[in-house]
Amino acid sequence: MTAMLRAAGVSLSFGDTPALRGADVAVDEGEIVAVMGPSGSGKSTLLHCLAGILVPDSGEIHVDGHRIDTLGEAARSALRRERFGFVFQFGQLVPELTAAENIALPLLLSGVRRAPALSRAEGWLSRLGLDGLGGRRSGELSGGQAQRVALARALAGSPRVVFADEPTGSLDSLAGEQVMDLLVGAAREQGTTVVVVTHDARVAAYADREIMVRDGRVTTPVGTS
Amino acid sequence: MVLRMSVPLTLLGLLEREPSHGYDLKRDYDTYFGRGKSLPFGQVYSTLARLARDGKVVMDEVAAGAGPDRKRYVITDAGATEVNTWLTEPVPAEPHLQSVLFAKVVLALMLDRPAEEYLDTQRRAHLARMRELTEIKRTGGLVDGLLADHGLFHLEADLRWIDTTAARLDALREQVRS
Repeated sequence: MTAMLRAAGVSLSFGDTPALRGADVAVDEGEIVAVMGPSGSGKSTLLHCLAGILVPDSGEIHVDGHRIDTLGEAARSALRRERFGFVFQFGQLVPELTAAENIALPLLLSGVRRAPALSRAEGWLSRLGLDGLGGRRSGELSGGQAQRVALARALAGSPRVVFADEPTGSLDSLAGEQVMDLLVGAAREQGTTVVVVTHDARVAAYADREIMVRDGRVTTPVGTS
Repeated sequence: MVLRMSVPLTLLGLLEREPSHGYDLKRDYDTYFGRGKSLPFGQVYSTLARLARDGKVVMDEVAAGAGPDRKRYVITDAGATEVNTWLTEPVPAEPHLQSVLFAKVVLALMLDRPAEEYLDTQRRAHLARMRELTEIKRTGGLVDGLLADHGLFHLEADLRWIDTTAARLDALREQVRS
């Protein structure tokens, strides 16, 4: 089976500080993988390399069998927009837009017209238990609600892969579990591959397996399962 | 204190480090694993007798010791195999395992074994159990979910200890091997 995501011998330094030192990873299509490790171990850097946000100094990144680390910024940006969804620790919603508009944003950027984009956004609001909140701006939402909006925004474009970097880090344990439950449920329904960076074992327990990163190296078996 | 079930294995581990008299074994056990509750001499010798009966240790030549204890115990190949198996295999992931894990880590460091790998193996076993409990939470009712939560919180505490210990292995190695 071809892995949906594969990193081979990936190294990356920030100045003189190595963040990744020959990291190897493979993630199957539809698999939900947690990336764990101590602070500063390189787990977020690994996620950013897999997602084409950062380009490694050496090594290769493949997405669905295609090498992406040799692509230019414009091509990687298009890849991220069209095939990936992102959830970060602090939702990073656009404060001037309503919840529904935030969810519709990636659809609008991909060329979907406003009315159908907002209609699909409303569907996601309902699916994630946010009925009636579509008109609120991010400042009018609780942390858990805002993170569910961020989740809907990541999933609305039916991405092949969702990358989540500490998606529950700013939430209390119950709200965090709701977000993970929704993320895993939606990903399984859609067959979406998920890579979630977390230091929280309870979050990692929602994944199919975990990858440990220590000192810039992946210390668990490479996969794929 | 190390759980009773691991006392024979802990003594075997100490013997793998070097052949010892019963008195020395008790002293080292109390130093590293007793934590305020020392191992009775009677238990030391009855455990050693059982280990000898099972072919895990043999008695060395009678050597002149500092005290009345003149029998020196030596681990056999069968005993060393048992120690290796115990150290290598993860403990079933259940709450309240810290003392067993602690004994394994300290002995692994004493014996120059890969303690970090053992901790990684244990972490995987814990996470696998946490995945099972999380699935129960996701698919079961409220009662099942709350019971699963109880297990999850305890396993999480173990995992935090595993992570903290992994981060301090170098310092602990220096201490137990000094």
